[in-house]
Amino acid sequence: MNLSRTRWLAVTAGAALVLAGCGGGGGTPAQQSGGTPSSAVSQADIDKAMQTPTELTFWTWVPDIAKEVALFEKKYPAIKVKVVNAGQGEPQYTKLRTALKAGSGAPDVVQIEFQYIPTFTITNDLLDLRPYGAEALRDKFVDWTWGQVTGRNGEVWAIPQDTGPMGMLYRKDIFDKHGIEPPKTWNEFAAAARKLHAADPDVYITNLAGNQNGAWMGLLWQAGAKPFQMAAPDQISVSVNDEVSKKVAGYWGGLVKEGVVSTDTDFTDQWFQALNKGKYATWLTAAWGPVFLAGSAKDTSGKWRAAPLPQWAAGENKAGNWGGSTSAVIKSTKNPIAAAKFAEFLNTDPESTRMMASEQFLFPPTKALLEDKAFIEEKPEFYGGQEVNKLFAGISDTVSKDFTWPPFLDQTVNDWDETVGKALADKTDPVAALDQWQQRITSYAESQGFKVAQ
Amino acid sequence: MNARRARVGYLFVAPFLIVFVAMLVVPLAYAGYLSLFREQLIGGTTFVGLDNYVRALTDERLLGGVLRVAEFFLIQVPIMLLLGLFFALALDSGVLWLSRFIRLGVFVPYAVPSVIAALMWGYLYGPEFGPIAQLAGALGLPAPNLLGDDLMLGSLANIVTWEFTGYNMIILYAALRAVPSELYEAAAVDGAGTWRTAWSVKIPALRPALLLALIFSIIGSFQLFNEPQLMQRLAPNVIDSAYTPNLYAYSLAFTSQDVNYAAAVSFLLGLAIVVVSYTVQLAVNRRRTP
Repeated sequence: MNLSRTRWLAVTAGAALVLAGCGGGGGTPAQQSGGTPSSAVSQADIDKAMQTPTELTFWTWVPDIAKEVALFEKKYPAIKVKVVNAGQGEPQYTKLRTALKAGSGAPDVVQIEFQYIPTFTITNDLLDLRPYGAEALRDKFVDWTWGQVTGRNGEVWAIPQDTGPMGMLYRKDIFDKHGIEPPKTWNEFAAAARKLHAADPDVYITNLAGNQNGAWMGLLWQAGAKPFQMAAPDQISVSVNDEVSKKVAGYWGGLVKEGVVSTDTDFTDQWFQALNKGKYATWLTAAWGPVFLAGSAKDTSGKWRAAPLPQWAAGENKAGNWGGSTSAVIKSTKNPIAAAKFAEFLNTDPESTRMMASEQFLFPPTKALLEDKAFIEEKPEFYGGQEVNKLFAGISDTVSKDFTWPPFLDQTVNDWDETVGKALADKTDPVAALDQWQQRITSYAESQGFKVAQ
Repeated sequence: MNARRARVGYLFVAPFLIVFVAMLVVPLAYAGYLSLFREQLIGGTTFVGLDNYVRALTDERLLGGVLRVAEFFLIQVPIMLLLGLFFALALDSGVLWLSRFIRLGVFVPYAVPSVIAALMWGYLYGPEFGPIAQLAGALGLPAPNLLGDDLMLGSLANIVTWEFTGYNMIILYAALRAVPSELYEAAAVDGAGTWRTAWSVKIPALRPALLLALIFSIIGSFQLFNEPQLMQRLAPNVIDSAYTPNLYAYSLAFTSQDVNYAAAVSFLLGLAIVVVSYTVQLAVNRRRTP
């Protein structure tokens, strides 16, 4: 039965490939970087590969993922997976790049955050998973998460592992004490910010960290900004200072300057203490935030609730995403079939995905789990019994599909820290800083040989 | 006979030489080679000659970083060396109670890993819940923002001083122990007291050791990296990627993926350190010979 199912997958994958081939813009330089669309790998080859003794190396920072890996090894006893924690985020990417440049030591499968995918596809280091049946997985995933792993020519660069649609965690007790309703729009949020801080100068409605580009990008995403778009592999349009971005920067810059929103560096000792001591009445965070907060601010259990992000226009229902990872296969792997199937299994197998949600508390990208009652009807005490997962599952559907990332993310983040982030932290003008950010990215992109459009 | 001896000599230095060449000379030569190219995400690698060096010499961010570490050097190093000298003299004169304990106490910070040190100081410096801020609050004073733009360099200088005073103290103390006791006896016969002995016998005897400590400090200051990099996590908007030249080179290589330019920056920095060290050495030595 298993066999027939995978065969079916292979067939549909083949069909999807043909379709994708037709849809792709014919003969643009894109195909060079996207790799020539190769034909699907036959089921016989897949079966053979999955029965051949193989060792895969998997770099990830998900704690205790060996449990999920064991499920895979149980199903495919010939294949051993060596799990390596090469650091979380940036340190891992640095090591990965070094290994890729050196031409040896790179893993077969690697955890990559959504926003870093273009950074590794521009250097042609990821394997297009379409020949291995990845297209057939599309329907298992929430649309926007699939959009995030899809290349310009329909390549599938990775399989989503977890996501971070953004919402608002708030202190119900603080809001109640000052007679504030949880704000539904950013206007209400600003009014609440002023009211709250006037009533209690030690409390800020939220903290917008000047070092947290991830949250900022999520807020831009919600507002509908399209800061980075690739017209071709060597052509990028950069518009981080367009009207939408200016609206967002102006809004937050104003609140920061008024002193009703704080800009402490997040994920530091100070910040954790501030969360525990009730300095911030809300935390604008992602779907991975609720569990994280419950572990980091134990003193405040039962006082928090969750809600969607405030909206730019009343009645709207939009969100952005902050964080989340994928499993990608490195192009240089000697075992592409086993590696691709491992990435697929890890993130689609019902048992494996459920385990990631319940043991590692990763917020799932699969539709199946987001509709799974056991998951969405959890009622954590920390949130007064509110069904937080259900709320974020709903938010996940409101994330826009067409937000894309630049092919040199480290640089744009670094430049943001030193322009917009700094303006927030220093309480100067983040709107003006957008122009600096734009200028820095533009000159970097040009120095890297890109044609840049504004 | 002589030729054989020479061969044996090479054999003896071979272990060192092999490691030295493999771990230092080759990487250095490779970095030098890299610095002559430019690699782009689009367009690949091209030979650009000395372009990277020209770019570095006119790079305001690099210059800013160099000036910052120069300022750091001018303020921090004298304080650290004077403290080290003071402790070395005090220990050597035997006037201190619990001298072993003090010697250990001053030296221990050097043995604390800098990651732990930065964590600890980060907590102490915390602008709201840190003990310094709390103390200021309790006294009704405005809490100084030790992680802010104005005070950051001083806060870093404080950490570095805390870390390295003990190290310099040990260098100086060891040199003092090597002073022949006849000199002290002669000084005593001539009627010199403790202070006079310290000033006229001990400090002159320490000159080579002080010079050594100074050269180490020059190199350390210009290569300042660990402490700002660790504090960057606490104050990312104060310590930017070009805060010190080394931090800048690191960021160029690993954030901007511009290894070639990073290599050129590192080479120029190395050159600057050699020039400054050599100038200091010359100046000190000239003064010694009247």
